[in-house]
Amino acid sequence: MSEKTSKKTSIVRPYGDTTGDGMVQVSFTLPVKHDKRAEGAALQLAKKMGLDPAMVVHAKPMGPDFTFFIVYGSVHHLVDLREVVVIERDYPLLSPKEVNTAVKKGLHRPLVIVGACIGTDAHTVGIDAILNIKGFAGEKGLEYYTELKVVNLGAQVAVPDLVEQARIHQADAVLVSQVVTQRDAHLHNTREMSAAFREAFPASRRPLLVVGGPRFDESMSADLGVNRIFGKGTTPGEVASYLVNALVPNGEKSA
Amino acid sequence: MSRTGTGSTNDPRRLLALDPAQIRKARALARKAGGPVVKIAKRHTTVSVERAVLRLAGLEGADVEGIPWVSRLVDVVREQVGLEHGVSLPVWDALLRTEDDLLTLAQKAAAGSVQFRIPSGKDSIRAAKAARSAVSVGIRRIDTNRRQRDRMIAKFGNPPAPWIYLIVATGDIYEDIPQAQAAAREGADVIAVIRSTGQSLLDYVPEGATREGYAGTYATQENFRLMRAALDETSAELGRYVRLTNYASGLCMPEIAALAGLERLDMMLNDSMYGILFRDINPIRTFVDQRFSRQIHARAGIIINTGEDNYLTTADAVEAAHTVTVSQLLNEFFAKEAGLEDWQLGLGHAFEINPTVPDSFRLELAHALLARTLFPDAPLKWMPPTKHMTGDIFNGFLHDGFFNLAGILTGQGILLVGMMTEAVVTPWLSDRDLALQNVRYVFNTAGNLREDFRPPPDGFIASRAKEVLGEAVDLLEAIVDDTLLDAIGDGTFGLMKRPANAGRGLEGVVAKDRDYLNPATDMLDEGATR
Repeated sequence: MSEKTSKKTSIVRPYGDTTGDGMVQVSFTLPVKHDKRAEGAALQLAKKMGLDPAMVVHAKPMGPDFTFFIVYGSVHHLVDLREVVVIERDYPLLSPKEVNTAVKKGLHRPLVIVGACIGTDAHTVGIDAILNIKGFAGEKGLEYYTELKVVNLGAQVAVPDLVEQARIHQADAVLVSQVVTQRDAHLHNTREMSAAFREAFPASRRPLLVVGGPRFDESMSADLGVNRIFGKGTTPGEVASYLVNALVPNGEKSA
Repeated sequence: MSRTGTGSTNDPRRLLALDPAQIRKARALARKAGGPVVKIAKRHTTVSVERAVLRLAGLEGADVEGIPWVSRLVDVVREQVGLEHGVSLPVWDALLRTEDDLLTLAQKAAAGSVQFRIPSGKDSIRAAKAARSAVSVGIRRIDTNRRQRDRMIAKFGNPPAPWIYLIVATGDIYEDIPQAQAAAREGADVIAVIRSTGQSLLDYVPEGATREGYAGTYATQENFRLMRAALDETSAELGRYVRLTNYASGLCMPEIAALAGLERLDMMLNDSMYGILFRDINPIRTFVDQRFSRQIHARAGIIINTGEDNYLTTADAVEAAHTVTVSQLLNEFFAKEAGLEDWQLGLGHAFEINPTVPDSFRLELAHALLARTLFPDAPLKWMPPTKHMTGDIFNGFLHDGFFNLAGILTGQGILLVGMMTEAVVTPWLSDRDLALQNVRYVFNTAGNLREDFRPPPDGFIASRAKEVLGEAVDLLEAIVDDTLLDAIGDGTFGLMKRPANAGRGLEGVVAKDRDYLNPATDMLDEGATR
């Protein structure tokens, strides 16, 4: 590829009906009553967003105090594709069907997950969002996956009980959720939990340790002695995909 | 908006020529499947049923840790004398001995300074009488609320069907209120305040006005009261009665039902099996709690909404269509057994077939008409697509339009308005406005299309409806053979296996003693006010 063509294709603008026209459509609501001034305000916003020229193609009052707008316009901004940086998830995102197939083909048995809230934390919101069939963010929880066997121990589970239950159920993975962060309780509890598992299981037979909660720093897993940390907004599908990637031989390939 | 048609005799309830003998058989099987469960429900009580009795007697508030006094009191009574006799006899016996009021007694009991006993002889009769008198205050308040609702509806009139149902869910009751009022002004007939994620698994009801929730607002007595008062204001302003909905589901169904009755909520989500299947709540706990909560709803004139839409979001909406019918029949049986009338049964179903399936709209019409035909006098709750809403808001807007069209063509009673931003964000102000425009567009342009809508008796729609009913009868037969509790344990519904001896809240289930007393259930059974 010559220098010239590479430069030409790496700079792009939005495409309406002509190359380079930069056309975009946006819709938004302003908290003002609908009149001439409101439409002027919408145009001003569009200009500040880089739309020039901009056209208010639709303005509709929503009650006495709000107006909804649809605006079309051409943006000046250029996108340089060479500067686009994508942060790749280090495991592929799989559908429930792909997860089930991968576990079936790779493990030849259900993958066992034991979940709990430990310590005094009674907030099962997180663990239930991931495990309950009801799920979270439009995704079903891990109970929905036919090849995942889920044992949800609920709230306020003592660490020794969690270790014991993991042993009884021969857990492949242990999921722990921590919401309460007073005096760093989440960090303290997690360290206590990982230490107990290190003591109770030889490294080769230790279940995968996964913690999640809204206040965890996802890069602290080594410090806390766990295999993975999931932060705010994690969905069941992400957790299932990670488990397959970490625990199932050739997980993503057999899916 | 044109929602009622113009004097047409083309009633969607009579569009399908289903075999009446098969419909009778389906109902008989549902009765046979549910009957043994009702017997079990009558033989047990739960901590939440007992707490609901105390709430009806007026015990409110919580200790410094936020644990409600009803929970404290029931726990202490249970520890000292068990709950086999119910909470009423030991509590009112203690009240008569100490001459305290209920709140003081609860506080003293929590501090460990009350000794409860099971009274006998004359003491028992006196305690029972005092308990009934105290609980009757709450029952009469529920009755008064029902009369007040009836008066307001008589004054303002009922909206034509389908009622437009909109959701509010900010987590902060003081944000919810203006949003709910705005939604009502924009045309909502029913406002539902979604609960915080996870409330269904709390074994107590939080207290007070709450400003922080996860993807919803906590159901509390004070939040109920604040929202109902705000909607009363808006109802007067608009000249139409705006209904309020919340959730009597999860571990505290009986208490939340009682609070709904005490604060004049109008509709409650209340499914017979949802908590078991989707929240892993113990089956016995659920059936006991459900029966009590439905008795309260019956008394309070509350319309229940059942949760069959959930089956279709977990299983394929075509393959699992008959499980919806089975669940509706079971919900109907349990509801009627608890005293609810047809007009109170917002039996659920949903528009969840993958739109890329050929003829998916015709299949939807068949399923919706089947429900309409089986339950001609129930309002039916029509739930919008969620599973196949992808984030493509433009496609989603069209999808919702077809949902609205199916709803109007098949005469659904309660239409939950779909949002094009489903699966993207919690609805924005503009999403709600656009969604209502969608509804109005369909109702104005095609509201009376039902006059011309006569699916031929041997056509695709009628045949599909018959097929689903046949599958439902087959499944009911299998459930009756297996017993309902075993069928739930075996994973017959929604793919989940839920054995009767496991699940959340099991520790809160207690077998009743022969001398068990519950003045609330007595008065609900008798229809008494004193």
